[in-house]
Amino acid sequence: MSKGVAKSTAEPMGASRWLLRGHSAAVFAFFYAPIIVLCVFSFNDSNAVGNWNGFTLDWYGDLFSNKNIKSSIWVSVKVCVFSTLIAVVLGTAAALALERFRWWGQKAFDAVLYLPIIIPDVTMAVMMLVFFSETASWFNWIPGLNLQDGLEKLVFSHVAFNISFVSVVVRARLANLDASMEEAASDLYASRWQTFRRVTLPQIMPGVIGGALMAVTISLDDVVVSSFVSAVGGTPLSVYVFGMLRKGVTPLVNSVSVVMLAASMAFVVASLLISRASGSESEER
Amino acid sequence: MPVEAPPGDAPVGEMESEGASEVVTPGLERQAERAKARQGFLLGLPTIIYLFIFFIIPLGFVVAYSFATRTRSGRTELRDFNLDAYARLGDDIIMTVAWRSLWMSVVTTIICLILAYPLAYFISTRTPAVRNMMLVGVMIPFWSNFLIRTYAWRVLLDSDGLVTQAFEAIGLGDGRILFTSNAVILGLVYGYLPFMVLPLYAAIERIDWSLVEGARDLYASGWAAFRRVVWPLSRPGVIAGSMLVFVPSFGAYVTPAILGGNKEGLLGSYIVLQFLSARNGPVGSAVSVVVLAVMLISTLIYFRSGGKNL
Repeated sequence: MSKGVAKSTAEPMGASRWLLRGHSAAVFAFFYAPIIVLCVFSFNDSNAVGNWNGFTLDWYGDLFSNKNIKSSIWVSVKVCVFSTLIAVVLGTAAALALERFRWWGQKAFDAVLYLPIIIPDVTMAVMMLVFFSETASWFNWIPGLNLQDGLEKLVFSHVAFNISFVSVVVRARLANLDASMEEAASDLYASRWQTFRRVTLPQIMPGVIGGALMAVTISLDDVVVSSFVSAVGGTPLSVYVFGMLRKGVTPLVNSVSVVMLAASMAFVVASLLISRASGSESEER
Repeated sequence: MPVEAPPGDAPVGEMESEGASEVVTPGLERQAERAKARQGFLLGLPTIIYLFIFFIIPLGFVVAYSFATRTRSGRTELRDFNLDAYARLGDDIIMTVAWRSLWMSVVTTIICLILAYPLAYFISTRTPAVRNMMLVGVMIPFWSNFLIRTYAWRVLLDSDGLVTQAFEAIGLGDGRILFTSNAVILGLVYGYLPFMVLPLYAAIERIDWSLVEGARDLYASGWAAFRRVVWPLSRPGVIAGSMLVFVPSFGAYVTPAILGGNKEGLLGSYIVLQFLSARNGPVGSAVSVVVLAVMLISTLIYFRSGGKNL
C-alpha cells in the first residue's frame, strides 16, 4: 500500500480542503442530529413536542406500565431468540459450504443467498403473506406447529432473511482465514467434526457472534415483513410501535422510540466491535 | 483402479516418465474431490432446503398470484391463469404511482451520491485510526432501527418541530414540509445515505494513489486528476451505491407511511394497499413482480459493470 503517497496527492489544497472537511462534518451532523433531538425530547415535560418544558422521566414510566407494549416486547424477544438461533446454524453451515468446498450448483446457491438481502421489504412481506395463506393447511399437519398465533410464521420469515446476513458476515471471516490449519488437522487424523469443533469454529467464532448480533438487530427492527405475518394480539414491538408512529407524535411514542433505538444501537456497536477487534489485523492486508 | 484421464488433462502427460504410480493419482484425486464436493453439498443442504421452502416457493406463489383470478369476495384463486393484472398496470392510478416512485428514487439516488461522494473521499484519505472511527460512525446509522430513524424526522418536521420553527425564524417562509414529497425524499435520503457511503468508500479506498501522483506530475490540475483518474476508478462504488439506494427507495413503504401524506404513496405503499385493504392479490402481486424485475435488472447492471460482490 502506498499510503505515503496518499497524503500529498489525495488531499485537495486551499479552500476545497476546508470545504471537504466542512461537508463531512455536516453529513455526520445530518446523521446524528435527528436522533439526538428525539432523545432530548423524550425527556420533555410537555405534551407539545416543540417546546422544552423541563426534564421528566414520566414518559418512560408510562412506557413500562403499558400492557400492550410489555406483551409485544415479549413477542419480539421470543421471535428474535428463535430466529437468530436457527439463522446462525444455517447461515454458518452455508458459509462453510460456499467458502471451503467446490460443488455443483454452488454458484446458483450463492446467487439465491444474496436475494433476501437486496429484495425490497415489501416484496418479501408479500411473498410470506401469500405463502402462509396458501400453505397454512399443509403446516397444520405437522404436529406441535400452530400457525394461528403468528409466532411460528414470524420465526420462519425472520430466519429466511437472516440466514443471508449471517452467512455474509461468517464468509467475510472465513475468507480472511488460512485453510491450512484445517488441512493440518485432518492430516493429523482429526475427523471432519473434530476439525470443525476444535479448529474451524474457534477461528470463525467472532464472525459467528458478529453475524448473530446482526441477526438480532435485523429481527428486532423488522417492521414490514412482521406486520404482514403477525396475527392480531401477537404483534412484535416494532409493528406495534409502527402503528403508534403513524398516528402522530406523542411523548409516549418518543420514549418507546428511544428505547428501541438504544437497543438497536447497542447490538450494532457490539457486533461491529466484535467483528472488528478480531478482524482488523487481517483486514489491513 | 486407474481412470483414464481426459485428453485435456495436461499434468498426466507430464508426469508419465515418473512411473506408473503417478498415473493413478488423477483418478484418486478426482474421487477425493468428488467426496469433498458431496460433503460441501450436504453441509449446504439444510440451508438450500430452507430457502427453497421459505423463499423460492413463496416467490413462485407471488408470480403465480399475478396471473391468478380474483373472486368477487376478494379471494385470489389459483385457476384460470390470465394477464388481467398486468393489463391493469397501465391504469392511470398505477402509472402515476410508478412515475412518482421512479422520479423520487432517482432524485434520492442523485442527492445521496452528491452528499456521500465527498464524505467517502474524505474518509478514505484519513489515517487508519481516524478512518475506522468514521466508518463506525457511518455504520451505526446503517444498521440501527430504520423505522425510528425515520420517525425522528417527523418530530423535527412536525408543525411545531424544530426545523419548522427554524425555517420560520430565519424567514425562509413556510417550513411545513411534512406530508409532502419533499419530506419523503428527505426521509429516503436520510435512511439510505449510508448505503451509498460504504460502497463508495470501499471503491475509493482501493485506488492506487500513485496514479494520481503520476497525473499531477504530468501537469494535470487537481480537478483534471480527479476527473480523469479518481472518478473512473471509483465507478464500481458509484454503481453499487446507486443500486443499493435506488432499489429500496423504489419499493419504499415505511418512509412515505410516516413522512408522506395520503398522496405521496410509492409502489411499496401501493402493494401494501392492494393486499391489506383493497384485497386485490393479483394486482398487488403483479406490481411486486415489477419491483422484483427492477431489482434484478439493477443487480445485473451492477455485475455487468464489473461489480463482484455486494
